Amino acid sequence: MSVTKPLPHDAARLHVTGQARYVDDIPTPSGTLHLAFGLSTIARGRIAAMDLSSVRDTPGVVAALTATDLPFANDVSPSAHDEPLLSDGTVHYVGQPLFVVVADSHRAARIAARRAVISYEEDQPILTLEQALATDSRFEDGPRIYARGDAAAAIADAPHRVEGTLELGGQEHFYLESQAALALPQEGGDMLVHSSTQHPTEIQHKVAEALGVPMHAVRVEIRRMGGGFGGKESQGNALAVACAIAARLTGKPCKMRYDRDDDMTITGKRHAFRITYRAGFDDIGKLSGIEFVQLTPCGWAQDLSLPVADRAMLHADNAYFLPAVRIESHRLKTNSQSATAFRGFGGPQGMVGIERVMDHIAHSLGRDPAEVRQTNYYAPAAAHPAKTNGTTTPYGQQVDDFILHEMTETLLERADYAARRAKVAAWNAANPVLKKGLAFSPVKFGISFTLTHLNQAGALVHVYQDGSIHLNHGGTEMGQGLFQKVAQVAASRFGVDASVVKITATDTAKVPNTSATAASSGSDLNGMATQAACDTIRDRMAHFLADYHQAPPEDVHFADGHVTIGQTRLAFAEAAKLAYENRISLSATGFYKTPKLAWDRIKGEGRPFFYFAYGAALTEVVLDTLTGENRILRADILHDAGASLNPALDIGQIEGGYVQGAGWLTTEELVWDAKGRLRTHAPSTYKIPAFSDQPDQFNVTLWDGPNREETVYRSKAVGEPPFMLGISALMALSDAVAACGSGYPALDAPATPERLLAAVQRVRDGL
Amino acid sequence: MDITFLLNGESVELRDVSPTVTLLDWLRDTRGLTGTKEGCNEGDCGACTVMVTDPIGARALNACILFLPQLNGKAIRTVEGISGPEGQLHPVQQAMIDHHGSQCGFCTPGFITSMATAHLNGETDHATALAGNLCRCTGYAPILRAAHTAETLPVPTWLKADTPPTAAAPERPTGPTVQPDTTDQLATWYAANPNATLIAGATDVGLWVTKQMRTLGPVAFLNRCTDLQQITETDTGITLGAGVTIAQMIPLMDRLHPSLGQMLRRYGSAQVRAAATIGGNIANGSPIGDGPPALIALGATLHLRHGDTKRTLPLEDFFVDYGKQDRAPGEFVEAVSLPRQPDRLKCYKISKRFDQDISALCGCFNIAVENGTVTAARIAFGGMAGIPKRAPHTEAALIGQPWDDTAIATAWDAWEQDFTPLSDMRASAGYRLETARNLLSRYFLEDIGGHVSVRQVGA
Repeated sequence: MSVTKPLPHDAARLHVTGQARYVDDIPTPSGTLHLAFGLSTIARGRIAAMDLSSVRDTPGVVAALTATDLPFANDVSPSAHDEPLLSDGTVHYVGQPLFVVVADSHRAARIAARRAVISYEEDQPILTLEQALATDSRFEDGPRIYARGDAAAAIADAPHRVEGTLELGGQEHFYLESQAALALPQEGGDMLVHSSTQHPTEIQHKVAEALGVPMHAVRVEIRRMGGGFGGKESQGNALAVACAIAARLTGKPCKMRYDRDDDMTITGKRHAFRITYRAGFDDIGKLSGIEFVQLTPCGWAQDLSLPVADRAMLHADNAYFLPAVRIESHRLKTNSQSATAFRGFGGPQGMVGIERVMDHIAHSLGRDPAEVRQTNYYAPAAAHPAKTNGTTTPYGQQVDDFILHEMTETLLERADYAARRAKVAAWNAANPVLKKGLAFSPVKFGISFTLTHLNQAGALVHVYQDGSIHLNHGGTEMGQGLFQKVAQVAASRFGVDASVVKITATDTAKVPNTSATAASSGSDLNGMATQAACDTIRDRMAHFLADYHQAPPEDVHFADGHVTIGQTRLAFAEAAKLAYENRISLSATGFYKTPKLAWDRIKGEGRPFFYFAYGAALTEVVLDTLTGENRILRADILHDAGASLNPALDIGQIEGGYVQGAGWLTTEELVWDAKGRLRTHAPSTYKIPAFSDQPDQFNVTLWDGPNREETVYRSKAVGEPPFMLGISALMALSDAVAACGSGYPALDAPATPERLLAAVQRVRDGL
Repeated sequence: MDITFLLNGESVELRDVSPTVTLLDWLRDTRGLTGTKEGCNEGDCGACTVMVTDPIGARALNACILFLPQLNGKAIRTVEGISGPEGQLHPVQQAMIDHHGSQCGFCTPGFITSMATAHLNGETDHATALAGNLCRCTGYAPILRAAHTAETLPVPTWLKADTPPTAAAPERPTGPTVQPDTTDQLATWYAANPNATLIAGATDVGLWVTKQMRTLGPVAFLNRCTDLQQITETDTGITLGAGVTIAQMIPLMDRLHPSLGQMLRRYGSAQVRAAATIGGNIANGSPIGDGPPALIALGATLHLRHGDTKRTLPLEDFFVDYGKQDRAPGEFVEAVSLPRQPDRLKCYKISKRFDQDISALCGCFNIAVENGTVTAARIAFGGMAGIPKRAPHTEAALIGQPWDDTAIATAWDAWEQDFTPLSDMRASAGYRLETARNLLSRYFLEDIGGHVSVRQVGA
């Protein structure tokens, strides 16, 4: 069968030869125009006057549009209709699009966009959490609170307590391909849009609103993105809508791609968080009560901040049973880029909170942090269905697939944890300047969109009379290998080689009403929808062939590129031709909706997740206590991808996710100045992991076990969960700092050399 | 101006090219070769990497900050030309497929050209060769595996066949854009056109065009001034022509001052080092360039020239104030020279990321010790002031002290007399000052044989 094979990415050959086409590579008709936004230079206030005459006088400029030039909706928000494409006169962050230039070249548009003469009436911006709390500047009317039991009493009654605060920085997506869109006007006012987006249906929806046409008049296509990571879930709306409007007004194809600095200045990033915690526990570190307060600056518009902050609350337990718990979440409105989806979608932030607590508990008791973690784990899956104590999440979902006990034991043994812990201690005793650190951290990540209706998908499959297969579904390809995995599913259903299946661009005209390719759901949802479509065709073929050859339908088998009907064996192509000639429909749609979900986000109760994906990581680092410089020496990972659809692609997600997660927590620092200007808006100042940041030794293996739930071939989602394996790198750095003295490191993230050096000082001072 | 070059084995002649059209824009917009990608448009991500060959050899360069005139007389391979004329895959391409080295694929063409260039040159230090190529998907592990696999496979014949063509005849050095053949021609022209921009590697000036959207006035491209690109060694010293690239300095420094050679491996990336020149690194006066502090610590002398008039000065005196150098209009950096000396130099570059990052601070220490006593000290820092700056008070405090902990303690207060650094997105003033002090401790510990580098420790 094609599934389970470690086949290369379907476009690997196109990637390495430079033939893989991205939006900006699509040949454009002559006369195509190019767009650039003019951006605000203040964080909050109103436009007093905007003189665009120099913009319009710039050679090559065709038009400069403001909000008053927009024919219909001025809205690119994915949620609360609070995000105008072009400023309505008010300004909410530095970098907000105020006007758009349409010119005959990308460069001309960029030059002109800088020539506006704008005066502002400035207001005091809200740039910090303190300012937002003081002015009650927030989304939703107050904090969300999920609670169980009396946490305060449990903490008060506990033999031991820790408390603290953790600052977590945001993260720039830094997809290598910046945002891009191309709109091509069609006859009768229709619009074809190529958009580098994870959410073609939303692009279609927003473009239709902006053009004042039904959704059927807009077709959105995307073959591939040069990286997404959540940053192309909603952030591409502005470019696609601007291009469509300019194309409508000029009658010409219009293209827009952000220069990297513009991209980083305009678009949203991962939500920063401040998490304060209080926890009570016994002599072995077992928790009895815990309280979290999560503060997150969401930026100026709501975007996807509510579900992001919800997911942070839903992962405040990570892998641990929290007997009495209170989680309070504040979604604060600030004058910066509107924070958005990013791999993990709040989950990582919530998870770092509880991992910090585990680390802090272990330090305060002088116990092994891995042991303290295991002590607090949910009860093992084997204990079910007895539903013993310790199996329910704070939000009431039963954790009945918990496999981290076995995974942790396996990983720690395989990676020689006990011996290396001793070795690290010996090194630290002997070396005053360079300190080593070692840390284990687990991942339990909930799979499903928490907005339940999004958990649906469609597919469209054609079998041609020559036996070749055309595959289309609602998922988008951003590098994760979704198309290859789904093609392997299709090939398996027909018993043919994956090369027989043609993967085609995501297209709103083929599969409608799709959800964003997000929440790690791509292969779960689209794989199942594709399986359904394939099975419809396969069953039609089987029934016809059984009839034709006078055999029972259950004697028809599809395998090895052939169809066998009793004693008859036909090549798949022959079978397809025969079916066609006998007027059998060889085209079908497929549909899937995730079962068992029921979730009330206001009460914080129900089953938001179909299942959990698990992972375990052990990281060793070395830290220079003179400078804070550091390095990952070794990482060992065991990750649960269920019965993997493609082990090679899944391992790729795990390795890449770990490095991206470690980057978030170490080198990737976003810095805004006192006026709210982002100072780190290019790779020269914002540092994602580079080549030598990969661990010296990097051992990644898959946990071999099928999903207990009925997912496609019993596989598990793998897009986001491995990102959080990178938390072990932060914890290992904390461990290295802790070797410098008696104090607790209380390390904030990103743990830059500067933060590490300050933590070393704190620990030495015994604070 | 008119130029000629070889593109993927085909001869290209261009007339009247604008001096500031980048190779990347020309490839994508004019030539329709869209395999080469724009990731950042400032030379920091490597998605636009191309292979450029001239008589010196093959190098990987960033096409986004490479102006067309710089390619006159060279041979270029884009990703489309790394595979063979019949579509045969290069060994690094096959290895990248086999090891799952691409995910989204957008950085992949840049990786392929960097890897193919390293492969052609027999380089196996992949971390150094690929530090200038960012990948956001893979975490690099499969790319490293692919690079290892391809190491021993032969260079394809189609890449060996590239012979750079003869450059289009240079214009007489009279127009608004010139490409002089000699330093004398340059000196004469620049004296007559003192407002002109001199472009050597364009790793800085490139950004004036791609990011600041500037249009340049008169421009002289220095890439054909071979007499400016010489390294001269005598019994008493070494002279580096202003046009010597950072890449060319590395083997020299590996021999003379290995710590500087090591630091220069972190100067930008392979793509940047192959273009950037030491003259440009000095002349642009940046307070955070990594070349000047090391050269100042070595006691370098700067050679300036205006027309036929030459003068020299200690390098540290060239940097007057932030954005201000001791250079007259029409005067240019011709060379920098170093005295031969016993190697006591250590260079410490501190940044958020190891690879390809601008220094938060860069400390270069050259301390002589005789019979346990400090006899001489030259210490210079980048990132600690508005200019690359010496530490005279600290040096004075050290000289004459016994070479032990007391020397470091004695110098403690002097640091604040030497430096009042700024806070910015790279680091705070406090971190900079504390770390500068600590780097003296590192120098001492390294001198007595302690473990001081996280790079030299394994699991």
